[in-house]
Amino acid sequence: MSAVLAPLRRWPSRQPLLFLILAAAAWFGLYQTLMPAADALVAALPVERDSRLGGALQFFFYDTPKVLLLLTGIVFVMGMINSYFTPERTRALLAGRSEGAANVMAASLGIVTPFCSCSAVPLFIGFVQAGVPLGVTFSFLISAPMVNEVALTLLFAMFGWNVALLYLGLGLSVAIVAGWVIGRLKMEAYLEDWVRDMPHATAAVGEDRLSLGERLDSGFAAVREIVGKVWPYILVGIAIGAGIHGYVPADFMASFMGRDVWWAVPLAVVIGVPMYTNAAGVIPIVQALLAKGAALGTVLAFMMSVIALSFPEMVILRKVLKLRLIATFVGVVATGILIVGYVFNAVL
Amino acid sequence: MKEIKVLGTGCCGSCTTTVALIEQVAQAKGVAVNLQKIEDLKEVMRHGIMSTPGVVIDGKVVHAGGVPSRAKIEQWLAAA
Repeated sequence: MSAVLAPLRRWPSRQPLLFLILAAAAWFGLYQTLMPAADALVAALPVERDSRLGGALQFFFYDTPKVLLLLTGIVFVMGMINSYFTPERTRALLAGRSEGAANVMAASLGIVTPFCSCSAVPLFIGFVQAGVPLGVTFSFLISAPMVNEVALTLLFAMFGWNVALLYLGLGLSVAIVAGWVIGRLKMEAYLEDWVRDMPHATAAVGEDRLSLGERLDSGFAAVREIVGKVWPYILVGIAIGAGIHGYVPADFMASFMGRDVWWAVPLAVVIGVPMYTNAAGVIPIVQALLAKGAALGTVLAFMMSVIALSFPEMVILRKVLKLRLIATFVGVVATGILIVGYVFNAVL
Repeated sequence: MKEIKVLGTGCCGSCTTTVALIEQVAQAKGVAVNLQKIEDLKEVMRHGIMSTPGVVIDGKVVHAGGVPSRAKIEQWLAAA
C-alpha cells in the first residue's frame, strides 16, 4: 500500500486543492462503473448468471470494490477532519463544563476525535485530571470506539443509509444517557487513589495550524493505518456474505434470533462481551445474521455489545477504576444496549 | 547521546513498532541513542500524554498518538 502511495504523496502536498478535486472526480467515476464492471466480469466467467454460484460471485465482485472504495474515501476524509480534533483540543472543549449538554458534546466529539482503544486509559486520566466531569468522560469513552467511521461506512455499504443512521443515533443515545447516569451516581470515590491524587492539569491547547497539505498527509496516514488493517476482515466478511446469499436457507436464524424471541436480545449482549474485535471484524457476522432472518434490533445490540463492552478493555480500565465503578459502567451500558435492541424489535 | 523514551500502554503493537523504527533510523544515521520503552501508567501520565504511543526526547514530548513517520524521526535525530 505505502509503495503505491509513495510517489503520489509528494505532489498532493504542494497542490492540495487540485488533488482533492481530481481525487473526488476519480472516486465518483470509479464508483459509477462498479455495477457494469461486476456484471461484465461475471458474464465473462463460465458460470450461469442466475445460478446460485453466479449470484454469489456477482455479489462478491460488486461488493468488495464498493466497500473498499467507500471505506478508503471516507477514512481519508475523516483522517483530514480528525486532524482538527486532537484529544487535547477535545479535552479543552469539555473541561469545566457541567453535565447534561456536555454529555451530548462529549458523545458527538467521540465520533470525530481519533481514538484507539489502547489509548483509552491515558485519555481517561487526562480528561479527569483536567476537570472534565466523570460522567462526561464516560460519554466520550463509550461513543468513541462504538460510533466510528468504519462501522458507519460498512453499515451504509451493506445495509443502506437508514441502518447506518439508526446505528449513529442509537450509539450516541446510549453514550449520552449512560454517561449522564454514571455522572448522577456520583462515583468519583471509585477512581483508584493514585488517579485522584494526580495534580490538576490545565487543559491548554498548543497552537497547531496545519496547512491543507499537512491535513492531506493525515488523510493518507489514516488510510494506510485503518484500511491497511481492516481489509482482510472485509474480504472474509463479504465472502461469507456471498456464500450465505447463495446457499443458506432464508429463515435459518429467524427461529432463534427473530423478533418474537424475547431472550434473544440479552443473549446477544452477553455473547458480545467476551468477544473483542473492531467494527470491521463484526460486520461479517452481522451480515450473516441479518441475511438469514435475525431481527435488526437483536443484531445491532450484538454489534454494540461486541464493540463497546470488551473484556480486555475492562482489564486495562481496572488499573484506574475500582471494581464497583467498572461494574456500574458495564451495567449501565449493557442496559442501554438492551433497551435499544428491544425498542428496535418492537418498532420495526 | 539522546535519551529517548517511547510511552505506551503495552496493549497494541504500535509501541513496539515505534521503538523498532527509531532504532532503525538511529542505526542508519549512526546516531547514538539511549532508547527506553515505558509502559508504567503513572510514568506515562507524568508526561501528560493522552494518546499513545508517545515519544519523549531528552525530557520533552515530541510526539503523541500513532506510529511516527520515518521522516519525522529523522528530523528528531538530526536536530542533535
